[in-house]
Amino acid sequence: MDKNEIIQIKELKKIFPMGKSEFTALNDINLSLGKGEFTGLIGPSGSGKTTLLNIVGSLDTPTSGEAWVLDQSIGKLTAKEAAQLRKKNLGFIFQSYNLLAVHNVFENVEFPLLLLKIGAAERRKMVMDALEWLGLTDKVRSKPPQLSGGECQRVAIARAMVKRPSLVLADEPTANLDAANSHHILQTMVKLNEELKTTFLFATHDEKVIGYLKRKIYLFDGKVAKDEWVTSNQTAK
Amino acid sequence: MTRFLLKGLFYDKSRSRLPIIVVAVGVMLTVFMNAYITGFMGDTIEMNARFTHGHLKVMTKAYAENEGQLPNDLAMTEVSALKEELSGRFPELDWAARIHFGGLVDVPDEQGETRSQGPAAGMGIDLLSPESREAERLNIRESIVRGRMVQNPGEALMADQFSQKLKVNPGDEVTLIGSTMHGSMSMYNFKVAGTVSFGTEALDRGSIILDIEDARLALDMYDAAGELIGLFKTGFYDDTHAMEIAREFNTPFETDGNEYAPVMKSLTQQGSMGQLVKMLDVWSVYIIAVFILAMALVLWNAGLLGGLRRYGEFGVRLAMGEEKNHLYRTLIYESIFIGIAGAIIGTSIGLLFAAWVQEKGINISGLMEGSAMMYPSAIRTRITPADYYIGFIPGLFSTVVGTMLAGIGIYKRKTSQLFKELEA
Repeated sequence: MDKNEIIQIKELKKIFPMGKSEFTALNDINLSLGKGEFTGLIGPSGSGKTTLLNIVGSLDTPTSGEAWVLDQSIGKLTAKEAAQLRKKNLGFIFQSYNLLAVHNVFENVEFPLLLLKIGAAERRKMVMDALEWLGLTDKVRSKPPQLSGGECQRVAIARAMVKRPSLVLADEPTANLDAANSHHILQTMVKLNEELKTTFLFATHDEKVIGYLKRKIYLFDGKVAKDEWVTSNQTAK
Repeated sequence: MTRFLLKGLFYDKSRSRLPIIVVAVGVMLTVFMNAYITGFMGDTIEMNARFTHGHLKVMTKAYAENEGQLPNDLAMTEVSALKEELSGRFPELDWAARIHFGGLVDVPDEQGETRSQGPAAGMGIDLLSPESREAERLNIRESIVRGRMVQNPGEALMADQFSQKLKVNPGDEVTLIGSTMHGSMSMYNFKVAGTVSFGTEALDRGSIILDIEDARLALDMYDAAGELIGLFKTGFYDDTHAMEIAREFNTPFETDGNEYAPVMKSLTQQGSMGQLVKMLDVWSVYIIAVFILAMALVLWNAGLLGGLRRYGEFGVRLAMGEEKNHLYRTLIYESIFIGIAGAIIGTSIGLLFAAWVQEKGINISGLMEGSAMMYPSAIRTRITPADYYIGFIPGLFSTVVGTMLAGIGIYKRKTSQLFKELEA
């Protein structure tokens, strides 16, 4: 694996049993992602983008082939090693935010740091920094039900970014947001990508997201149909 | 992390308050049910104790051997002194002398000729002493169908069914024809003050109740009585203690060949009462076991649903990098906390409620209106040491097992599947 590569996928297959038959979600995928990329897996429902994102996120394992993430082979990781990889290096952003509803904004963002057993003072500083990046310092004590959809997704981004992960995986992050909020969120992520050099990998079919991507990997029926780089003047700002 | 989990537990009503309420209600019902069953079974034994056997009974050895024949010629004498001695030695019991006798009740017409006659089974109990609790013990006042309670010497109560058969009304005078304790014929007139219904055919067919002093006069039993019954002042039979008392009392008389020497028998040593008590014990264990099992299933299910409901949250936590083992452990710690809190609250409320029902009783006399049967007018619970811990079986054990089972899903499902449930 090249030292600038963060993800390398070779001849990856993922087959799900469907009763007596099988469903091939991913078929012969070959990809590599470099550090600092802002890339999207694009395709219609059932194209395999979420499955690929799950494998990269060590939430699932390949049926065959190899998926290397940060020099670790996902298929060979134990559950504990996979949890360690997620805890230290990966951040997740979900379509429906998935904040812990009973905890306030600070506690939601703090949770990944608790798992890393970071001291209270440093934890507080890191959480406040993350909230500042996302413009949420006035919402520290608010709970998710008191926030708008856009604010919830900003909290989710803060939670994903607070530990400064190498890779952020975002599954349809704007699906529940209106256009204005979507653009605001995406601009924030672009800024984080540029300032912190964090790699972002999206699974999406939202045109708004696609407009911000620097690299577009099109999936169709579990295969890479097209992989294209976007020149800087083509991306939305 | 602990603080974070505790905050989550307290903030999330459906994770803490609701399960604690469910567990507390289940435990409260279990504790109360156990106390109720114990009380109910105890009441059945108590009815027998109050009417015939006492918790302990003192008779002469000869009387005890022929008890079924009501052999008053073998009755004890100098009963007052014996009663005083028993009250001094065993102050935890209330002692009362009783005379059971048989005879013929003769009802005269206006000319004094026999109008009707019937065989009677009589009982002489202390109805007139102010300190006597016999009327209360037998629930006589509440069982009067016609007329009133005995208030003066020379008055008696008659089974209502028996009085109707003999066409006797309250205020009528009747004659009891029987035999004295010395074997001679006895005829004694008394006035029927009222009629009562006992609720059992054997008693309603021909019972009469006299004040014990009237019975002594009629049967020539001065300071004598067939039996002295003792009832624990707690109101509940304690077999172990009763057996100890009987053993202590009987020891000096064991080698006494005198057939008039006293002998004390505990409730379970009399007739088939031992079998009945054992049978009731077994039944109560079965009933309580079935109830505990039912409650355990309910709480198990609650624990299971509580865990399943949180699969989404588990998905997020796993995605953040929490290990499955850690997640499973925290889930079990939470359920232990909920189980203990619910069991303590439920046991406390259950005990309080049971104590109230034990003290005050639930008045069911309204339900008995018209039946005129001799039932206790109140249902009472009985708190036993088991009530302090029995609720922890369904409360803690079932909740934790339910949660453990629900948590197995964390291992069985792939993280990505939990994730899907999260997204659903």
